[in-house]
Amino acid sequence: MLVYIAKRILLFVPTLLGITLITFLLMQALPGDPVQGMAGERANPETLARIRAELGADRPLPLQYLGYLKLLAQGELGRSYYTNRKVADDLLQKFPNTLKLALTAVLFASMGGIFLGTLSAVKRGTAWDKVASVISVGGISIPVFWLGLTLMLIFALYLRWLPPSGMGNGAFAYLILPAMTLGTYSLAYISRITRSSMIDSMSQPYIATARAKGLSEITVIAKHALKNSLIPIVTIIGLDLGSYLNGAVLTETIFGWDGIGRYALDGIMKRDYPVIMGVVLFGAVVFVAMNLLVDITYRYLDPRVRVSGQEQNP
Amino acid sequence: MMKNEILQDIRSNKLVLTAAVVLALLMATAAIGPLLVHYDPLAMDLDSLRQPPSGSHLLGTDSKGRDILSRIVHGSRVSLAVGITASLFSLTIGTFAGLLAGYFGGRINMVLSQVFDVFLAFPSLLLAIGISAVMPPGLLSAMLAITIVSWAGFARLVRGLTLSLKEQTYVEASRAIGATTGRILFRHILPNALPLLLVAGSLRVGGFILLEAALSFLGLGVQPPTPTWGSMISLNRMYINSAPWMVIFPGLAISITVISFNILGDFLRDKLDPRMQV
Repeated sequence: MLVYIAKRILLFVPTLLGITLITFLLMQALPGDPVQGMAGERANPETLARIRAELGADRPLPLQYLGYLKLLAQGELGRSYYTNRKVADDLLQKFPNTLKLALTAVLFASMGGIFLGTLSAVKRGTAWDKVASVISVGGISIPVFWLGLTLMLIFALYLRWLPPSGMGNGAFAYLILPAMTLGTYSLAYISRITRSSMIDSMSQPYIATARAKGLSEITVIAKHALKNSLIPIVTIIGLDLGSYLNGAVLTETIFGWDGIGRYALDGIMKRDYPVIMGVVLFGAVVFVAMNLLVDITYRYLDPRVRVSGQEQNP
Repeated sequence: MMKNEILQDIRSNKLVLTAAVVLALLMATAAIGPLLVHYDPLAMDLDSLRQPPSGSHLLGTDSKGRDILSRIVHGSRVSLAVGITASLFSLTIGTFAGLLAGYFGGRINMVLSQVFDVFLAFPSLLLAIGISAVMPPGLLSAMLAITIVSWAGFARLVRGLTLSLKEQTYVEASRAIGATTGRILFRHILPNALPLLLVAGSLRVGGFILLEAALSFLGLGVQPPTPTWGSMISLNRMYINSAPWMVIFPGLAISITVISFNILGDFLRDKLDPRMQV
């Protein structure tokens, strides 16, 4: 197990290098002076000099890239052109808000998706199945930002059940619409996987046995079929976690949620390049780190994967 | 499966038939629609700002008095152009890279696979934002950004297919009679991978249209005054309470288009490749 973890973390390094190489090249492609680009227009001369020394704008590109890595290792992502604040500080300050939104959305997506998928598998071929399949195609097709605006229009502006936007000092009501908006895409996806996985399990002999024993249909479905269908479902939920960062940019923009997504939009609007690149880099690193974590946890939890893994490296 | 059989299946499946008809209408709209609509999509009419749908403006007017129907019809060109071009570009690049990695194996495979993984490590919208932010915004930057974030997914698929196809006896046989690598790749492996590639491509068009809409919504795609569905929503979203039609209709246009592409993609996948079923 430890060997596996070490191996995975080692594989993580080239990916991280690749990610930083891409953001580095994007910074090079920026219009204007890359040093000024990183430091911000109002940077003080010392910062400028330090970054210039690290980047060495007149040195060959590979050396500049090494300098960029050195800056990143020090947690230096540059400063915002407008506020002159450190991008790294802003990101750390805003990330908890995004995390809170994303976790609520994951909860909503998992519960809703598993319920919907189970329903359509159990009631296969009926009107329920049709409704569920319409929801699952709709969920992956409707633009997140439009869904958010529509939910806001219905539940906040017409029905007045929920606040339209803002964070309300952490009150749960403010979290509901953004989390639904952010979670719907995954809900649809999870529901599809649950449906096919459940249909698979429902045709297994142990289900016939459970029914023959006289267990109630609910017990058969929940305890026998669903439990055995969970592995692909949990995998999908885990691997999809990073994609909430995509949706967060749009959802946070619409609902005025003060996370890294809206921070990115502010950066885009003002062409504040250090902010944009900071979010891109941060998002990719979080995404990769999460996949790694899911992978390791998964190995740990599922003995079957663990065994086959050990067979590969005796 | 034969082409005729697929066409027959489409006719017998109402949902798929509807999706196909919607897409055909959409293509026709993008091709000749701009000639048919009554209003200039850019013409501002200050006497009729934010008019609700009516006889003279079927879908109402926006915050600058421009006809929404006409803007949606013109906007369909951008959505389709970007969605379809990005699919073709990323499919082509991904196919080449995947064939190379899968067929040659060894170090080439290792390096290329690592490159694919790096591109797949970015959340797609974030990378697309980063790419289009450093380019002058427009049609080209949106297409490029979407292509760059999505080619690696196709490359990984093709790599996997090539790895299994190159072990087939007919490949071995053609190698034995001295066929060149190019011939094996493009005459034997590629044609056998093609149906799957077309399915994968058609499944992604909807996603690409969504990505383009998101970029436009964020102000990074095709720039105003050219109408795009995404920017129509972002430019009018502050009026959502008083004039919701300005936001509702462009969003419906995106949703209906993407749903149709996804239904058709799902259908093709089920027909052509039972293994890929989700």
